[in-house]
Amino acid sequence: MPEELLRVENLQVEFRSGLTTTKAVNGVSFTLNKKENIGIVGESGSGKSVTATSLLRLIPEPPGIISDGNIFFEEKDLLKLSKKEMRAIRGNEISMIFQDPSTSLNPVYTVGNQIIESIRTHEKISKKEAKQKAIKMLELVGIPSPEKRINMYPHEFSGGMRQRVMIAIALACNPKLLIADEPTTALDVTVQAQILDLMKNLQDEFNTAIIMITHDLGVVWETCDKVLVMYAGNVVESGTVEQIHDNPMHPYTWGLLDSQITESVNNDEPLPTIPGSPPDLSQEVRGCPFAARCPFAQDICFSKKPEMVETEDNHYVSCHFQTKDKRLDRKEQQNDRAIVKG
Amino acid sequence: MGKYIIKRIINMIPTLLIVAIIVFLITRMIPGDPAAVMLGPQASVQEVEKLTEELGLNKPLHIQFFDYIGNLLQGDFGNSLTYNQPIADLIMDRFPNTVILAISALIIAIMIGVPAGIISATRQNSILDYTVTTISLIGVSMPVFWLGVMLVLYFSVNLGWFPSTGMGSMDEGFFTFIRHLILPSLTLATIPMSQFARITRSSMLEVVSQDYVKTARSKGVREFIVICKHAFKNAFTPLLTVMGLQISSLLGGAVLTETIFSWPGMGLLIIDAIEKRDFVVVQGTVLFIALIFVVVNLVVDILYKVVNPKINYSSNKGGTS
Amino acid sequence: MTSLQATEAAEVMERTRKRERSVFRKLIKNRLAAFGLFVIALLFVTAIFAPVIATHPPNQMDVTKSLLGPGEAGHLLGTDSYGRDIFSRLIYGSRVSLIVGIAAVVFGAFFGSFLGVIAGYFGGKFDSIIMRIMDGLFAFPFILLAITLMTVLGQGLVNAIIAIGIANIPGFARVVRGQVLNVKESEYIAVTKSLGAKHSRIIFQHVLPNSFAPLIVYATMSVAGAIISEASLSFLGLGIQPPTASWGSMLQEGRNFLVLNPHMATFSGLAILITVLGINLFGDGLRDALDPKMKL
Ligand SMILES: Nc1ncnc2c1ncn2[C@@H]1O[C@H](COP(=O)(O)OP(=O)(O)O)[C@@H](O)[C@H]1O
Ligand SMILES: [Mg+2]
Repeated sequence: MPEELLRVENLQVEFRSGLTTTKAVNGVSFTLNKKENIGIVGESGSGKSVTATSLLRLIPEPPGIISDGNIFFEEKDLLKLSKKEMRAIRGNEISMIFQDPSTSLNPVYTVGNQIIESIRTHEKISKKEAKQKAIKMLELVGIPSPEKRINMYPHEFSGGMRQRVMIAIALACNPKLLIADEPTTALDVTVQAQILDLMKNLQDEFNTAIIMITHDLGVVWETCDKVLVMYAGNVVESGTVEQIHDNPMHPYTWGLLDSQITESVNNDEPLPTIPGSPPDLSQEVRGCPFAARCPFAQDICFSKKPEMVETEDNHYVSCHFQTKDKRLDRKEQQNDRAIVKG
Repeated sequence: MGKYIIKRIINMIPTLLIVAIIVFLITRMIPGDPAAVMLGPQASVQEVEKLTEELGLNKPLHIQFFDYIGNLLQGDFGNSLTYNQPIADLIMDRFPNTVILAISALIIAIMIGVPAGIISATRQNSILDYTVTTISLIGVSMPVFWLGVMLVLYFSVNLGWFPSTGMGSMDEGFFTFIRHLILPSLTLATIPMSQFARITRSSMLEVVSQDYVKTARSKGVREFIVICKHAFKNAFTPLLTVMGLQISSLLGGAVLTETIFSWPGMGLLIIDAIEKRDFVVVQGTVLFIALIFVVVNLVVDILYKVVNPKINYSSNKGGTS
Repeated sequence: MTSLQATEAAEVMERTRKRERSVFRKLIKNRLAAFGLFVIALLFVTAIFAPVIATHPPNQMDVTKSLLGPGEAGHLLGTDSYGRDIFSRLIYGSRVSLIVGIAAVVFGAFFGSFLGVIAGYFGGKFDSIIMRIMDGLFAFPFILLAITLMTVLGQGLVNAIIAIGIANIPGFARVVRGQVLNVKESEYIAVTKSLGAKHSRIIFQHVLPNSFAPLIVYATMSVAGAIISEASLSFLGLGIQPPTASWGSMLQEGRNFLVLNPHMATFSGLAILITVLGINLFGDGLRDALDPKMKL
């Protein structure tokens, strides 16, 4: 029986400035078990990073505010913790690594300083011991001659090496959950694979659960157990990797899958992207947020927001036309596009 | 690092020379016969001739210049007629007083301006932020001589809390010394303080939204340390540049401040000498201040490199390749 | 070909006009900048219509009415030790501030830009010699340089303009040089050059217009500095010759009667403060409207 680690219920995050309120996250729910990996995918601006940073209560306040929802981490309600209690969780039980390793390390401190700081924030050990541990961590993430490198500044490392340092910092206190916000997006393609391998290997060693945020479905197939598809602050589809891979149901997910680079894609042909752009999150959307871009949209899609429906075991989708008894035909959509292109 | 310092010192030499040339040329711009101007209309022809001889003004310009540089290299700034003293001695008498004033002003400016800027940036758009922004905006537009006069009016004349002029000597006790120091150093501190608050605020605002600050928070580091260790050290470089530049306006502002409070420093010496038409003293003192500024800037440049390892790196790379 | 150029020119002008309009709109929207603009406008009105606004001739003495308080005997802000009307002198003093402030900056901007363009555009020896000299000038605290020049040149409006103008040269040279280097880097200039355009044409048609935004912001801020400098010089008795009314010299005179009549010192200083504050606010707003990322 898998043990539950994190349960997010109806998370709502807003950014308020002046008279406009941007609903960046609008009712996200999911659960994550220990040692499990969940992928969050979606176009940029769909609220992935805001969701992730909200878990650590690190969205900038103001203008941001977690306006509703619950976050249970091992039965603790994170939104009810004091600032101090929350700090004890950050970097210790839940860690985070960010997209761009060239900006996520502090340029004016040595990497050693930054790892040691993380260790000594949560463990009462001497500087010397902390340094030993930091060297061990650097070695673990595959940084050669860590005794020497520990005294170097971030700019003396390559992008991939910096991301390794970030991983070392994140894992230094043996967290139960690692949130990786597009950890490979800013890296060279060859380095991307290395970093993903490293994360998988270390996960086995540290028994960490991972929330992998990405817009690259390839990464999800490789590393995750579950997937959350986000659009305009909403989860539009969720399920296991197999379900989403083999039987995607939401038209938006189809669009995402179509826009993925695969070997079979002919290089001369431009990559199909979903036409149109995401809605303005500061405007109230009455119907389905994807309706304006959906090739199957009917009147009801613009007037009524679809419920999350379980179509098969643990496979949820929010679409008026994707239920147990109604089905859309994905082929139809592709034909439509082909006609438009022609 | 050592190499860099030596390189910078060698680089400084032409600047020093140019500073000396500028001062030399400016004093030769005096319309008519400088000696006559210095002695005033009542002076006799013989007196003027004697002074011309003494100052070497009858020699060709380039000889005058080389004499001047030669003397400077020996630390000889010339002699003052009105004070009957070598100018170097005069400067050395007054210089420490100006340093005391400038350093106290700098300390006040840093101790108030920098934290105000940090607080302002971390509470952007709060009432506190608006207050700091408004006060510092007024501060940078402040005519310091007016502020000095107003402080005298309220705190010396009306309230009688502080003396309005002069410098208390340490012999009369530390308290007297401080009482004399407060108004002048506050006056002199106003502009740099406001400038520091503004620059700290804007560079902190740039820094606090950086990813590495988010990283620090995500590690569970206390907010105070996030701001003071992670953010501030990065915001410090532009601040240091401004501090270096403000040394110049501190020394300039000292002239006005010292005049208002009769503070016996170099600024008062210059104004005194101008009234006495003792151009040699003016020339020497102005030159000295400029030299000090060049040296201070060198120190700031070196500090800059110590604070910012990145600059260090790129120049090393340039050196080896 | 010519008609093509003409349409192109018309397009450029249209774009410029649109941009100007949007800059102006941004300025008006920014309340602080609008206040700054208002202060500047007020200053101009005061200076131009001084004879109309002033209640008395500014230099008219009447020893029997010296050191009157505000409102006494028809003197709005009272009188000074010579019995001159303080309000009228303040009004006339705006002329000195405005003239010296603008003329000194124009002087400094002209020579500074010239040197900056030469240094930046031609580089090499020109650059190192000019910039070394500018560094040398920079070593003098601004006001000290002006003071030294004034002692040599002697009191007077024109001399104050020259002294403050000279002190402004190195700043403008640096700003313009930096801009020229930026513009020179751009591909656009390289293309123009490769087409065989003359240096003067490249400088006047391409380099200078592209440096305009930072230059105008820097000049605005410099006017504030020049006004303070003039006041400082006059305060030290080195600026405008008496009896011409200048805010700085009024402050100096007022200082001697601080106890008997603090108004003169108070109001002349306030006039300086508000003027300088207004110009600085406007300059800040101008920078934000033109390019918020501008480093000056
Ligand atoms: N600091 C912020 N202030 C205001 N709005 C924000 C802020 N951060 C994010 N947002 C809003 O939240 C939306 C989602 O952003 P994000 O979570 O970063 O998207 P993703 O990570 O999926 O690309 C954005 O479209 C933006 O409008
Ligand atoms: Mg993101």
